[in-house]
Amino acid sequence: MNIDSIQNGVVLDHICAGKSMDIYRDLQLDKLECPVAIIKNARSARMGSKDMIKIDSPMELDLDILGYIDPNITVNVIRDGKRVEKKHLAPPQKLVNIIRCKNPRCITSAEPQLDAIFLLSDRKTNRYRCAYCESEEGKRA
Amino acid sequence: MPRNVLDIIDLSVGEIDRLIATAEDIEANPEKYQDVCRNRQLATLFFEPSTRTRLSFESAMLALGGSVLGFSEASSSSTTKGETVGDTIHTVSCYADIIAMRHPKEGAAYAASQFSEVPIINAGDGGHNHPTQTLTDLLTIYREKRRLSGFTIGLCGDLKFGRTVHSLVNALSRYEDIRYVLISPEELKLPRYIKEQALKAQGIPYTQVSSLEDAISELDILYMTRVQKERFFNEEEYLRLKDSYILTPERLAKAKSDLSILHPLPRVNEISVEVDRDPRAAYWKQVKNGKLIRMALIMYLLNIQA
Repeated sequence: MNIDSIQNGVVLDHICAGKSMDIYRDLQLDKLECPVAIIKNARSARMGSKDMIKIDSPMELDLDILGYIDPNITVNVIRDGKRVEKKHLAPPQKLVNIIRCKNPRCITSAEPQLDAIFLLSDRKTNRYRCAYCESEEGKRA
Repeated sequence: MPRNVLDIIDLSVGEIDRLIATAEDIEANPEKYQDVCRNRQLATLFFEPSTRTRLSFESAMLALGGSVLGFSEASSSSTTKGETVGDTIHTVSCYADIIAMRHPKEGAAYAASQFSEVPIINAGDGGHNHPTQTLTDLLTIYREKRRLSGFTIGLCGDLKFGRTVHSLVNALSRYEDIRYVLISPEELKLPRYIKEQALKAQGIPYTQVSSLEDAISELDILYMTRVQKERFFNEEEYLRLKDSYILTPERLAKAKSDLSILHPLPRVNEISVEVDRDPRAAYWKQVKNGKLIRMALIMYLLNIQA
């Protein structure tokens, strides 16, 4: 299967196989007017199989969301057909309005206009806790 | 940014030591402190009823020569008109030099701190934290034992929703050579994140048991708690668990002679009134210590020295 190389844009590589559609939704790529290719179950020496997303237009991605969803994703910036930058992600220290607290006793449940802030509590397991009530229970905002 | 105390771990061990020293000096030399907060105002914003904590804060500020304003329940604030915590705090921080706030929702104090221009003291946020109760507990333990290390403490009752327990475990985890015996029914065990973060991560020894009688003989300190009706969504569950542990003179027979019994109060029936006469009961001293340590904390956050 051949997908044309892009000239100017972004390639998200090393996406866990099967997760590309989640990322497509989370980054709201459906709102883009440029060509976007989703490649599922591509062969990978490192991962066995992987997904990829190619976006044929220069753009700023929300690396916090990507790092939260899957810190193993690599972000390749393509200019004039060549890779000019390869970004490795890390779980962000702080998530703002990416997930919301599920604890019904949390103040953010009673006052939803407050920013939903989660802080990285365990780097090994990528676990986050609500900055307000310290609950680990979060759901996508 | 003003300095806030939302969680006991917002204060370093060194700061807590200084607050304890100040509290002891306040008791020894009250006249030295009687005017240090003249022209300063404390706002007590209690969105949830409380007798002890609110009066303790107000009494503390008055004893320092300051004044107090505020409300004692949400129904007498603009919350009933739909005002947010943020807007209330924004308003009050224009009137007061320091705010003590209690709210039934967890994390409300953190939310308040995002909007305040003056120091916020968390006076209890739902089942989450209650740092000034913990300061009171630490002062009481120190005054009973003359140390904050090298003992076995039993925490008994509602360890799941008991915010005073959560804060105390977090605070004591920074001191050395303390063993924990966690005494609760299965449904009210200490939350996993506190065990992992405060105890397991630092290799601090603890045991979890369901029988107070079996554990009492090994304890140097027994911290009793109330099963709080307001923390349950389901009344049946509350009724089933509320009498899980009751401390009586008979149960105390097996305890050490120098045991110290603490309770954040109010109690319902978990310590029988006969125990009040036992010299090991330290919970009434705790009430007095609460005022002293809050005086020390108010001075510290307002950067006032006697």
